[in-house]
Amino acid sequence: MRLFGRSTFVERRAPAAAPLPRRLAIVPALNEQDSIGGVIDEIRGFDPAIEIVVVSDGSEDGTGEIARARGVHVIDLPFNLGIGAAVQTGFRYAQANDFDLAVQIDADGQHDPAELPKLFDLLESGEADLAIGSRFAGEHTYQSSFARRFGIRLFALTVSAIARRRLTDTTSGFRAVNRRGIALFAADYPHDYPEVEATVMVIRHRLRVREVPVRMRERAAGHSSITPLRSIYYIFKVLLALFVDLFRPRERSREVPLEDR
Amino acid sequence: MTPLKVMIIASAASFCLLGIIFELIRRRHLRERYALVWILTGLVLLALALWRDGLNTLAGWVGVKTYPPSVFIAAILFFVLVLLLHFSIVLSRLTDQNVTLAQKLALLETQLYEQQAESNTDGK
Repeated sequence: MRLFGRSTFVERRAPAAAPLPRRLAIVPALNEQDSIGGVIDEIRGFDPAIEIVVVSDGSEDGTGEIARARGVHVIDLPFNLGIGAAVQTGFRYAQANDFDLAVQIDADGQHDPAELPKLFDLLESGEADLAIGSRFAGEHTYQSSFARRFGIRLFALTVSAIARRRLTDTTSGFRAVNRRGIALFAADYPHDYPEVEATVMVIRHRLRVREVPVRMRERAAGHSSITPLRSIYYIFKVLLALFVDLFRPRERSREVPLEDR
Repeated sequence: MTPLKVMIIASAASFCLLGIIFELIRRRHLRERYALVWILTGLVLLALALWRDGLNTLAGWVGVKTYPPSVFIAAILFFVLVLLLHFSIVLSRLTDQNVTLAQKLALLETQLYEQQAESNTDGK
């Protein structure tokens, strides 16, 4: 904690005098040794007070060592568990270490840390429990194949129908949650291609979701894990999960106290 | 009616299966929980082998007149499908447990590493 940000007597009534929320950046990484160092440096450049935890999902390259050398928290999963379980490990870490806010940032450099304040602002102002950085909500700068945009649109429409609210980018992995969201995700998180289902989970637990337009970049290294064949599996897997979820009782998790609501 | 020779061979095979199952349990290669299903299977096969007119009788009960073994084949197929479904359920549960275990292990490892690093810097 830095001392010069402390409240004085004059500031006491102002809400800004509250202690800064503890923020955690969860960076799931699978063999990202070429980009992980840059991503860590960049996050720190924009937000020096944020803590970073790299979840190495059974990486076989130097991902864990590079991250550790930079002095961030590193969780080395003993073998590959898949993105969902890796991200959930980060949320479990956030819960165990009493963080107020947690943001998920990809290790491939697609997510721009300069956009972090937009996500955190939504949470800190109490407008949302889950803030999603959307590639389509405003500035249309995201380029991708027709098939991928079709899939993203399909999910967005489906989830919007379930949420009864317009959401544009439910597959975005650039998202942040408050304590409530951390507790929910630590207790229960979908397995592969988790973003869409996680969004619906949040809605069905009556937590609030907001989108904020963000820019996303080309990945700095490596290549997308989503091949044409996998995207077919992706679409059917997620649609099946969403369909089945409609038949579950509204509050299916036992672990998450909803506090004051 | 099944020929006597077929009956003897089929019974021997069924006994063999039961023997293998027993041995697997004895060596703890098979949990009793799953072994029960297999013992039941062995017993049914043995009963069908010994009861020489059994297949025809059973086929008669469900109304199959032309080709009695089809009843047997259908029953086996159904049984195998149910068994496979059971395995998928077990596999899903084991996968979930495995994930939770790996997560907890990794989280504990991180905690231990960071505590050690902390006490090392404190000592200096």
